[in-house]
Amino acid sequence: MPVAFLNFMEVTMNGLMAGVLYALVALGFVLIYKASGIFNYAQGVMALFSALTLVGIMEGQVPFSHLINAILGTEIHHFGWHINAFFGILFTMVVMVGLAYCVQRFVFRHLVGQEPIILFMATIGLAYFMEGLGDLMWGSDIKTLDVGLPQGGSLAIENLTVGLAAEGARYYGMYIDKLDMVATVVAAILVVALVLFAQYTKQGRAMRAVADDHQAALSVGISLNFIWILVWSLAGFVAIVAGVMWGAKSGVQFSLSLIALKALPVLMLGGFTSIPGAIVGGLIIGVGEKVFEYQFGPMLGGATENWFAYVLALLFLVFRPQGLFGEKIIERV
Amino acid sequence: MSTQESYVTEDGRTIGPTVMEMKNITLRFGGVKAITDISFDIREGEIRAIIGPNGAGKSSMLNVISGFYVPQEGEVWYKGKKRPPMKPYQVAQQGIARTFQNIALFEGMSVLDNVMTGRIRQMKSGVFSQAIWKGRAEKEEVENREFVEKIIDFLEIQAIRKTPVGRLPYGLKKRVELARALAAEPSILLLDEPMAGMNVEEKEDMSRFILDMNDEFGTTITLIEHDMGVVMDLSDRVVVMDYGKKIGDGTPNEVRNNQEVIDAYLGVAHD
Repeated sequence: MPVAFLNFMEVTMNGLMAGVLYALVALGFVLIYKASGIFNYAQGVMALFSALTLVGIMEGQVPFSHLINAILGTEIHHFGWHINAFFGILFTMVVMVGLAYCVQRFVFRHLVGQEPIILFMATIGLAYFMEGLGDLMWGSDIKTLDVGLPQGGSLAIENLTVGLAAEGARYYGMYIDKLDMVATVVAAILVVALVLFAQYTKQGRAMRAVADDHQAALSVGISLNFIWILVWSLAGFVAIVAGVMWGAKSGVQFSLSLIALKALPVLMLGGFTSIPGAIVGGLIIGVGEKVFEYQFGPMLGGATENWFAYVLALLFLVFRPQGLFGEKIIERV
Repeated sequence: MSTQESYVTEDGRTIGPTVMEMKNITLRFGGVKAITDISFDIREGEIRAIIGPNGAGKSSMLNVISGFYVPQEGEVWYKGKKRPPMKPYQVAQQGIARTFQNIALFEGMSVLDNVMTGRIRQMKSGVFSQAIWKGRAEKEEVENREFVEKIIDFLEIQAIRKTPVGRLPYGLKKRVELARALAAEPSILLLDEPMAGMNVEEKEDMSRFILDMNDEFGTTITLIEHDMGVVMDLSDRVVVMDYGKKIGDGTPNEVRNNQEVIDAYLGVAHD
């Protein structure tokens, strides 16, 4: 096989795996949007917050330590323990469920029946509140997140692919990040689990019911409040996965919250209401921007990855505003 | 609370004691009185109708029973206890199922899934056991699925079990909604104009289902209906409302001969 083709393959593979991470964030958006019609701007910050919390718990950091020290004049920073990744993630889940409860109890319960734009503004407020809270609780320094996921390129794949090129063609095999491979597997499991949960359990059915018709849901005995807490918890859970993957890849830093912006074009492609759409949309954006950069980047002066996704989304907005899988928008006259 | 003796109707059904009693219900929207000081009871196993001209407050009454509206005055007694103020979903969990005048179904879900949501009240397993799909959750799902298949057979909608509800015609949607309400094995089944907008044949089908439901499952039914003929044939007792007030209450025959009712409603409806 020619080296150019192999390089193209490698770019595509890397694009797919980057797309998986976009899809993970987009998935959180879709869950909340479907069940409550809220466009949750804070999804990215939730990923950041969960990653911060996970690092904090695993490293035994004292929450609000700066605040406590400033007020009481003490010098405490650490509990002096280290918790392994499994229990760390478990505790983080508890924190995210607690957060979901608080968000529903103190914010959205009071905004039932409001205009979508008001709900959206509330999530922007929530995003900044959580960013501040994360800062106050765990400090603003960049942290490394090590949950024991493999790092670096996969030698096995390099060795496997190096023979594909012609003899003496100066080809050294494909570079595929192990972390990306793990992320792909985890994301696939997560999606299958979510779909099964939504399809074949009482709560999943109740979730879909609430997404479909509030009044009918009430009439069969479904508590909207409970379902919304459940949905925010699930979105929190997805945020943990996204936070762990991104955090392990590029360190836990506050720019992590900006991945929410990358999820926007994914949603425009996939539609705001479709779980498969979020996945496919993520993959298309991932592959699209990597391949575009590889093929046309040099001609356009590079750095096309920064804007390619948005231009693609813009094209979709013009020609297919409901996305690839979204519910069709029918104008009734 | 009145305790009445059970009795057997002419067609051999047993009507039990009072299951629900509305006491002096008054409902206002701002300054407008939708319901004024209405009292009546619903007895176990009977088909109870609420009739009246447009805007008489029939649907409001049904919404009070199902908890969608909270009356400003009056008490609702259910199974011998005064009901505290409740959310609609809590009322549903107590065993009061309902259908809506304008059909409220989950359009994106299949008929089977729609009817399964009716069983939510019977499924007690927690979120966690559901998430791992083990033990109680799995057993419950299978048992309830069997019950739901029975209801689907009963209402003759087997052929469309897997069809998304959004694609069904109006008459079938009404029947699916009925199936969902019936799946909850309700103590009281509230039907808001079950025959509105149907043709004669569909109306006959629906009447048959209502009678069969009552006969086979012993379901207590309270319904609102415009079609006088249907109401008189179906129901054991009728409440007549006009301008938010009760103007008549009794068997179809008693109501038919009540002068006030004739003036307000029947007299106008029948030439």
